[in-house]
Amino acid sequence: MIKHLRLPRLSWRFIPVWQRNYLVWKKLAIPSILGNLADPMLYMLGLGFGLGSLLPDIDGMSYLSFLAAGTVAYSTMNAATFEVLYSSFSRMHVQRTWDAILNAPMTLDDIMLGELTWATSKSLLSGVAILAVIWGLGLFGNFWMTLWIIPVVALVGFCFGGMGLVMNAVSPSYDFFLYYFTLVITPMVLLCGVFFPVTQLPPLLQSVSAWLPLTHAIDLARPLVIGRVPDSVALHVTALLIYGSLGYVIALALTRKRLLK
Amino acid sequence: MLKVRGLTKTYGDTEVVRGLDLDVRRGECFGLLGPNGAGKTTTLRLLLGLTDPDSGSIELAGIKVPQMAREARMKVGVVPQLDNLDPDFSVRENLLAYGRYFGMSKAAVTARVPMLLEFAGLANKADAQIAQLSGGMKRRLTLARALVHDPDILFLDEPTTGLDPQARHLIWQGLRRLLAEGKTIVLTTHFMDEAERLADRLAILDHGRRVVEGAPRALIEAHIEPAVVEVFGEGLADWTRAHAATLCLRHESVGETLFCYTATPDSVIDALKEVPALRYVHRPSNLEDVFLKLTGRDLRD
Repeated sequence: MIKHLRLPRLSWRFIPVWQRNYLVWKKLAIPSILGNLADPMLYMLGLGFGLGSLLPDIDGMSYLSFLAAGTVAYSTMNAATFEVLYSSFSRMHVQRTWDAILNAPMTLDDIMLGELTWATSKSLLSGVAILAVIWGLGLFGNFWMTLWIIPVVALVGFCFGGMGLVMNAVSPSYDFFLYYFTLVITPMVLLCGVFFPVTQLPPLLQSVSAWLPLTHAIDLARPLVIGRVPDSVALHVTALLIYGSLGYVIALALTRKRLLK
Repeated sequence: MLKVRGLTKTYGDTEVVRGLDLDVRRGECFGLLGPNGAGKTTTLRLLLGLTDPDSGSIELAGIKVPQMAREARMKVGVVPQLDNLDPDFSVRENLLAYGRYFGMSKAAVTARVPMLLEFAGLANKADAQIAQLSGGMKRRLTLARALVHDPDILFLDEPTTGLDPQARHLIWQGLRRLLAEGKTIVLTTHFMDEAERLADRLAILDHGRRVVEGAPRALIEAHIEPAVVEVFGEGLADWTRAHAATLCLRHESVGETLFCYTATPDSVIDALKEVPALRYVHRPSNLEDVFLKLTGRDLRD
């Protein structure tokens, strides 16, 4: 892998790849949106109303608001992850779409940047849909502040898109992705404060949690929902950027080894 | 159009391409032949800059590869061995999407689509989904897709493998039409008749080396006697012992068949007619004879 590791050469040629994915998605946009959004919304509303009515306010916000802020980050993460795992894998391995594109004057750097920006776009849509529910139910503190959630969501999509591409690069089949969900995504959901505050965890797990990207995502999103400026914005933004970029660079090296050896 | 010198590529301990030299002239059809594992597909990947050689130089349409592979690929259309059409798009959308990868505007591709569909014989299938196309149609669409940016040179990796005779002939017609328009074609194939029909010149590769290069007819004349009589049936062994050495210029026993290479097939056939149990096929020598003589008859799996 070391042999294949180098800085990506970024160019605007990633746009046709993004566009290809967009045009395919457009054909199935309505069912795809419903499918992507129904699940997180049902969880959020079901748990938020059902469980929330039994719980006291957390840090001065209702449990529903608390959960809604977590769901924005969680659903964005899932959308990006699913896209670069299952969909990108279909295009790379099953349909050999990437092979076809590589015969044109395109590089793997372009293709994977196209995939990453596409995953970011799709997860942006997911995050914004949850945000729309937050607006609709009036779960926010300050409307103008919640607009900052849009760039946050894009950043979260970028972060998990980049990370997921690494899995895509090393996976022999679809089944392999289950490991990533069981060993990375699900623990992260439980450790990063989606459903309950991180402060409820034992100290050791709290310090693990501080390193996880979803924690940084939620630390940005949650204050913005209730109308507060988040603490340590630079730290969280940098952490998400590093996870995403590092993922992209490593994934590029691994995929280069896989397809261009 | 294509100039390759001393090309080598090693995977682990296996030297897949070993010091390959190739010259392809503008407007000709050049065949790359060789048994499985001879290095044909790896050679094509190297020529496109999809993998870096360990040593050697490649100049494609005057452009250095892999240094300027992106620019070189602008000049090349590729028909890969495995179909990789976009199953989520219709026939027309496949062409439109592929044109964009070459930086073409939608208007520029749209203007070329009718011509490409006509060329592929798919004019009435523009809106069909890929899953509805037959194997031959998919191949033709892949060929049309490779022409979307009007390249000077075409790489075809086993373009007719898996097609029925009708579909193969259609592809060949298309390729002849492209040659008549002045395109250069580099083609790998397992089918000797395909190479004999299409290639102006060809190289036979084995174990990553060029074994021989030349025009198909010239190669046959240089390496093989003019005619071949294949003999098989009861009593072959006795007949071979008694007559092969005297009647054939060269002979070879493979399994239950005797290959008798000769300049005077009539005398062989006259002798065979006296042994009714023996059956025979008389044919002119062909490229397959050259291929098998030079690369051997062992299976390459």
